[in-house]
Amino acid sequence: MSDVLLFTILTMCILGVLAAVILYFVAQKFKVFEDPRIDTVESMLPGANCGGCGFPGCRGMADALVKNDDISALYCPVGGASTMNGIAAFLGKAVAEKEPQVAVVRCNGSCDKRPRTNQFDGAPSCAVIASLYGGETACNYGCLGKGDCVAACNFGAIHINPETGLPEVDEEKCTACGACVKACPKMIIELRKKGIKNRRIYVACSNKDKGGIARKACVAACIGCGKCVKTCQFGAITLENNLAYIDASKCKLCRKCAAECPTGAIVEVNFPPRPPKKEGDAAKPAATKMAVVAPSASKPASAEPKTKTATTTPETKPAAAPTSAEKPTVAPETKPQATTAQPTATEQPVSAPEAKATPSEATSTSSEQTLF
Amino acid sequence: MLKSFRIGGIHPPENKLSRKAAITPMPLPEVVVIPLSQHIGAPAQAVVAKGDVVKTGQLIAQSGGFVSANIHSSVSGTVTSLDPVADAGGVRRPAITIRVEGDEWVDTIDRTPNLIKECNLTPQEIIAKIAAAGIVGMGGATFPTQVKLSVPPGKKAEYLIINGVECEPYLTADHRVMLERGEELLVGVQILAKALGVKQAFIGIENNKPDAIKHLTELCANTVGVEVVPLKVKYPQGGEKQLIDAVIGRQVPSGGLPIDVGAVVQNVGTSLAVYEAVQKNKPLIERVVTVTGKSLKKPSNLLVRVGTPINALIAYCGGLPDAARKVINGGPMMGRAVANLDASVTKGTSGILMLDEKEALRPVPGNCIKCAKCVSVCPMALEPYLLSNKSKRGMFADLEPLKITDCIECGSCSYTCPAALPLLDYIRQGKAEVMKIIRSRKS
Repeated sequence: MSDVLLFTILTMCILGVLAAVILYFVAQKFKVFEDPRIDTVESMLPGANCGGCGFPGCRGMADALVKNDDISALYCPVGGASTMNGIAAFLGKAVAEKEPQVAVVRCNGSCDKRPRTNQFDGAPSCAVIASLYGGETACNYGCLGKGDCVAACNFGAIHINPETGLPEVDEEKCTACGACVKACPKMIIELRKKGIKNRRIYVACSNKDKGGIARKACVAACIGCGKCVKTCQFGAITLENNLAYIDASKCKLCRKCAAECPTGAIVEVNFPPRPPKKEGDAAKPAATKMAVVAPSASKPASAEPKTKTATTTPETKPAAAPTSAEKPTVAPETKPQATTAQPTATEQPVSAPEAKATPSEATSTSSEQTLF
Repeated sequence: MLKSFRIGGIHPPENKLSRKAAITPMPLPEVVVIPLSQHIGAPAQAVVAKGDVVKTGQLIAQSGGFVSANIHSSVSGTVTSLDPVADAGGVRRPAITIRVEGDEWVDTIDRTPNLIKECNLTPQEIIAKIAAAGIVGMGGATFPTQVKLSVPPGKKAEYLIINGVECEPYLTADHRVMLERGEELLVGVQILAKALGVKQAFIGIENNKPDAIKHLTELCANTVGVEVVPLKVKYPQGGEKQLIDAVIGRQVPSGGLPIDVGAVVQNVGTSLAVYEAVQKNKPLIERVVTVTGKSLKKPSNLLVRVGTPINALIAYCGGLPDAARKVINGGPMMGRAVANLDASVTKGTSGILMLDEKEALRPVPGNCIKCAKCVSVCPMALEPYLLSNKSKRGMFADLEPLKITDCIECGSCSYTCPAALPLLDYIRQGKAEVMKIIRSRKS
């Protein structure tokens, strides 16, 4: 009996040793050389695997950084200049200097500025809406508010504000990886230069319709009047397809265009409040600040006559009530984004009187497929 | 046993409220808006300018490519604008706006009610006439008819199948056409058969329209080569591929066209339009539209000029009911909700349906319980839950081998889902993305 055991154990040992020797030589023979620097560079990268650099993940980027002689085209938006400089020093190569960027949402059509004309009750996805029809408002270009950008963000840097129905970017968290830019079917998110002291001026509108149509759909729309183009002394503003665009590389942040814009489509971010000037000027400024990314900024200087529509306070609902009256198609305006990811139901007490007729989730007007 | 397609299918409540309502011509509106893209394919190119005076039936937009269709003025009056106008989905698209002044028709159009049976034209001449008249598939897909009739070299059409199934609940437009315009329709069928060079034509009709089956069978008795085929009541019996399977028992291969199995399918409305175009020189400027809904005062079948606002149709049928919560362009299964009631009736508008709250309501979606009901009802033998899930997660590259492009968007999966998942919403989006991938690979 013990002979059998001994024999078995010995055989197994011999087999094991033999296999180890074979494997050792095979491993030597077929060894794949990998530059050890790739591992080091990968550990220097943020490890977010967000794809912002154009590679599927950090490993791919590290591989390219080590293997390419000229790495000036490669840039990690998440790590930014410090990471890139560190890697450049380690590898002894030169990297491009890039200014830090941040995502901006080029739509300012919050619920009070852009009345809902119908209600979508299908799959809560911007891409689905965009493939089906024009959206819940009369604006064909603006934010659809279902949060495809939120789902795309790996850093939790973007969220839908339930009050305005628009996405807001957290400047601290945003790494400018560009995932939201790709996710938005309406292409309203743009990566812009972060700017000195994070100050930025941009046109928060993407509407390419003629002025009248755009204005009818949304009071905060760019109507292509060209006032800002004339005002700008630096030639930073161009007007194309009834839509103004501010070139961040030419903009000197003088804020004159924002003051001139008749609809408040040009927004300025992180600027100190304008000093109150003579009455003539006072008609325009200050309140535009509310459109800002930071959630705290939703307190406009209320008294400005020109910007009265910009108020986000729930008490005033200037635009919402008439809509349901003039568009009988559509179910009573109860709760515009019943299907959004955000369950917060802040609008309930606000909504127009018809809201009583139906429970808020019960109405549905616009989706292509109907079930019953 | 009645014939039917073999895979999947559902049976939604029929609700054919307007089945007894005879076709009534709708009074002319004050303004018509005629979109330049009423068909699948390239938009037509406008050939009129602002301020031009046009007559009813006059060509106002020329076909913009091989797969495209001419568009004619449906009224007489003055062109007031060529600016884009919001369509039923609220998207602004190129259109011609005409202010209606009287109703003066182009001289060449024969407006007498006489039935002209004789047709001595060659197939090429018939197809040219159909192309000139701007006829498109009137079942809803709006595929230009002349393209369907031009059989590609190497293929041969054996059977012409006329689609009188009307499997969508609520809609009765085709039903009424078969009852009231049967004789003209049959001449249209014979003209189509001649253009294709086929000996045998079938008219497929669902068994819930016994009066239409009886009427057309009687008419067919003295016509050679046209036969009425009663079909089982099952949705989507009227889908092109399903109808071919039901009538001649052949299955169109995945990614193939009906002509691959020797069949060409045309709608009854299209056949009537073909009769009018070939025998009466009348272009496609009006069509029968079912206006219906449970709370609507007068569910009707109206003969409507293309370009009439949807609003006007609803007003003519007793106004928008208070209970209406959703207006649908087309039937309840495949139609699209209307976001803009000022949009106009197009060549493909088969019905305007008003759903009240109970019907319009989409239940709150739950979670997929993998019951596979969607798989068993899918008439194209796909796996809807899988397609929808992958599409939702953006895994579009995986969808092509799963044959997402075979989906006919009938909505049976969404209808049957016990968790009320919006399966078709995601599938349709995934299909569009896959089509993009395929197109970019080809170019």
